[in-house]
Amino acid sequence: MGQQEIIPHLFRTEYSKIVSVLCKRFGIDQIEMAEDISSDTFLTAAQSWGMNGLPANPTAWLYRVAKNKAINHLQRKHVFESKISLPLKKEAIEFQEEEIDLSPGNINDSQLQMMFTICHPSISPEAQVGLSLRILCGFGIDEIADAFLTNRETINKRLFRAREKLREEKIKIEMPPPAHIEKRLESVITTIYLLFNEGYYSLSQDSTLRKDLCLEAMRLCYMLVENKSTNKPAVNALLSLMCFHASRFDAREGKNGETILYDEQDTSLWDTDLISKGAYFLHCATSGKDISTYHLEAAIAYWNTQKTDSPEKWENVLELYDRLLKIKNSPIAALNRIFALSKVKGPEIGIKVAEKLNLTDNPFYFSLIGELYTPIDNNKAVEHFQKALKLLSAESGKQVIQRKIEKLSSGHQFPTSPLIN
Amino acid sequence: MDEFILIFRHEDGGKVASPEQIQVWMKQTMDWIGGITAKNKFVSGTGLPFADARVVRHNKMVTNGPFGEIKETIGGFIMVKADSVDEAVEFAKGCPVLQGEGNTVEVRKIAKNDGVH
Repeated sequence: MGQQEIIPHLFRTEYSKIVSVLCKRFGIDQIEMAEDISSDTFLTAAQSWGMNGLPANPTAWLYRVAKNKAINHLQRKHVFESKISLPLKKEAIEFQEEEIDLSPGNINDSQLQMMFTICHPSISPEAQVGLSLRILCGFGIDEIADAFLTNRETINKRLFRAREKLREEKIKIEMPPPAHIEKRLESVITTIYLLFNEGYYSLSQDSTLRKDLCLEAMRLCYMLVENKSTNKPAVNALLSLMCFHASRFDAREGKNGETILYDEQDTSLWDTDLISKGAYFLHCATSGKDISTYHLEAAIAYWNTQKTDSPEKWENVLELYDRLLKIKNSPIAALNRIFALSKVKGPEIGIKVAEKLNLTDNPFYFSLIGELYTPIDNNKAVEHFQKALKLLSAESGKQVIQRKIEKLSSGHQFPTSPLIN
Repeated sequence: MDEFILIFRHEDGGKVASPEQIQVWMKQTMDWIGGITAKNKFVSGTGLPFADARVVRHNKMVTNGPFGEIKETIGGFIMVKADSVDEAVEFAKGCPVLQGEGNTVEVRKIAKNDGVH
C-alpha cells in the first residue's frame, strides 16, 4: 500500500472529463447534477483507495464508478417520470439502457464542445473564466477564490449566475457550425488568454496554484490545436505566446516567493524546451493571412526570450508594439512600447512620450518614468518610484520598487529593465 | 497483543471538497495506513460511502439515511493490533480525518470472546 506514487492531479484532470461527458449526456440544465456525480465519484475513490490502496487502473476504476452512479441517477429519474410524472402527463417514456460513453474519443469531443458552451458570447468574460476553471480544469471553489484573491461566496455567486445563464439561454453542448467556428473561437481563446494571465500575473501567494492555472490554459489551447476544425493560426499564436512566457516560470520567482525582474533572472533557469515549442507554434501560426493580437504578442514574447540586448531586438519590439497598439490599445502595452522606444531612441525621448500619457493612477506609469530617469537623474528617479510605491497594493511589487529606491540611494548603477518578468 | 477498532466520525459528512483536496486526503490516508502496516499492526479497514445507506428501525421500518437527523456520521473504520490502548491512541492521532474540526476518532477494544473480555 502506498508504494505506488499517486498520479499528480489525477482527480482534477478526470473531474473535467467526467463532468463534460455527463453534462453532454444530461444536457446543460443538469450541469449541477453532473458536477455532483463527479465529486461523489472522487469521494468514493478516496475512501476506497485510501483504505485499500490504488486499483490497478485508477482511471478505468473512476470511469466505472462514475458510469454506475450516472446510470443510478438516470434510473431513479426514470422511475420518477414513469411512476409519478407519467400518470400526470399521460406520456409514454421508454427507458433504454443508458449509454454513458467514457471512451477517449467522446471525452475529447465532450470537452471541446463544453469549451464552446462555457465560452458562449452571452456569458460575461469573468464568469467564463470562473466556469472554465471549475468545469474544464476541475479547480475547487477555494482554489478559484484564491486565484482571484476573493472569497468563496463571491465565486459561488458568480458561478451560480453563470450556470443560470447557461440554462436560460438553453445553450446546446455542441460544436458551432463550421461557418461560425472562427467567430466563436475568438471568445474561447480570449478566455484561455485570461486564464493564463490570471495565473501568470496573479497576486496569489500560492505559486504552485499560479503555475497550474497557466498549465491548464496551455492544455486547453493545445486541445484546440490538436483538433482539425479549431487548429487556426490565432490558436497557434496564443499557444506560442504562452510557451514563451511560461519558459521563465522557474526564473521569475526567488526562493522566498519574491518577484525577480527580467534583467536579474538567471537565464540558465529559462526552459529552452518551452522556448523551442513556442517557436514551433509561432511558425504554425503563420499559415494564414490574418495577424491577430496574439501573433504580435507572441512575436514580442519571442524577442523577450532573447537575452542579448541588440539594437535589432528593440527595433523589432518597438515595431511590434506599434502594430499591437493600432489593433488593441492598453495602458500596459503603451508603457511597454515606451520602454522599447527609449531603448531605440534614448531615455529622454521615452520620458517625453511617457509624460504625454499622463496615467497618474497607474503605478507602472511612475515606475517606468522612474526607470527611464535612473541613468539620467537619481533624484527624479527616486521621486517617481516613490509615487509608484504609493499606488501599488501587492506586496511583491512593492518589494521590487523598494529595492530600486534603496539601490539608487546607495549610488548603485544598474541597467534599466522592462516591466516584464 | 490486543485488537482495537478506530472509528472515524465526521461532523459534517456532506461537505463538498475540490477534487484536488479529495486527492490530498486520499494520499494522507494511504500514508497513514501505510505507516501502521509497516509496523505490521494493520488488521483491516474500510471506508463507508453514503451511497446505498439505510437505517433499519424498530418495527423493521427502513429509511434512507443516516441523513439530516444526526450531526455526526461514521465515515469509516480500521482495525489495528496494539500492545495497549495507548499505542492504539497514538495510531489514531495520525488519522487525517482529525484535520477536520469537529471530527473524532473513537478507539475501542475488540472483545476477544475468551470469557474474560
